[in-house]
Amino acid sequence: MSTLRLEIVTPERKVYEEDVDMVVVKGVAGELGILPNHIPLATPLKIAPIKAKKGGKDEYVAVHGGFMEVRKDKVVILAEAAELGNDIDLIRARQAKERAERRLADKAANVDHKRAELALQRALSRISAAGGE
Amino acid sequence: MAKGMREIKRQIKSKQNMKQITRAMEMVSAAKLKRAQNAAVASRPYADKLREVVFSIASGSGSVKHPMLQTREVKRTAYLVITSDRGLAGGLNSNLLRKLLVEIRAKHSSPEQYGVFVIGRKGRDFLARRNIPIVSEVTGMSDTPTFADVKPIASAAVQGFEDGKYDELILVYNEFRNAISQIPTLKKLLPLDASEFGQEAQGPKADYEYEPSAEEVLQVLLPKYAETLIYSALLDNKASEHGSRMTAMGNATKNATKMIQELTLTFNRARQAAITQEIAEIVGGANAQA
Repeated sequence: MSTLRLEIVTPERKVYEEDVDMVVVKGVAGELGILPNHIPLATPLKIAPIKAKKGGKDEYVAVHGGFMEVRKDKVVILAEAAELGNDIDLIRARQAKERAERRLADKAANVDHKRAELALQRALSRISAAGGE
Repeated sequence: MAKGMREIKRQIKSKQNMKQITRAMEMVSAAKLKRAQNAAVASRPYADKLREVVFSIASGSGSVKHPMLQTREVKRTAYLVITSDRGLAGGLNSNLLRKLLVEIRAKHSSPEQYGVFVIGRKGRDFLARRNIPIVSEVTGMSDTPTFADVKPIASAAVQGFEDGKYDELILVYNEFRNAISQIPTLKKLLPLDASEFGQEAQGPKADYEYEPSAEEVLQVLLPKYAETLIYSALLDNKASEHGSRMTAMGNATKNATKMIQELTLTFNRARQAAITQEIAEIVGGANAQA
């Protein structure tokens, strides 16, 4: 079975570079599964974990908003921040989630609603990439 | 005579101390320069990739319109000035800021016509002293800045352009050539030069499907691209800072060595003179008694 190369790049470094069988991402227009020999595609991504299938195993990477470029045998994901599922500190992510939820619930206070919501999304993405839920 | 000698000895001592410090700073800067260069190299794949995709969209579908690609009549200009937090880096910051000041004086007649975003304490202090309006500032940037560090000020500047508050955005930073040469640069960041896109059409050009549409992809990508350019300018400026400091401190060490040499020579001459005089006095005294 053919594979495709998945690269995840942030401004600071290359986070991930592996040959995988399939990539599942959440684009702004909906969920996408990319197999080898996909038609060239470019789409922005939502804040959500990316699933890479590799030899029957699933690997997760939390990508905080970004952009995906698909070529015939290569997928490049550009993100401002990305964390491998194994590197994520689950306790901290849970705390961040609670913090963001509190902020959102607290309507009276003068909070930046959009920011809190993004923070919540990031925390949820991290937790699910780390296999917490 | 002895008093003069003590004075010289004190001076030698102080120069030696100074030399020790400048040499240490030179070595620290050399190490930091290495790291800054590595960071600049590590950031390149991201910027290159983004550039490639932006260019292929912009050149592929000629009908794509985006405010960041359109040149408007310039009524207000935004400057994003990148300087270091610390001094002792030769003429690095002053050259850059002087260039900026000349540009501002030449182009604008009143402070309403421009706004300045500034990174780094040196730039902020310099501009504040001259009553130049500062829109936003960031200081205390680490030696290895992350993208998250610059994100707020970069998006503020880019947003200002998108909202029509500014009609152009100019990046002011030191371009890194090598350890001894840094070039103060004013670079127009926005609007992005559409003519540049046309030239980039070489190489294998993939015909992409865009989801949901080319316009919307561009909508997301262009601000990101601009922010990335700002980030790489910051990394460049960091490398310049360390390179410049390394050179400046290297020169200071060399000068200190030279001064110590000269002072030691003067000291030895004075000592010799004192001894000669003493002998002459003894001989003179002995002769007088005989």
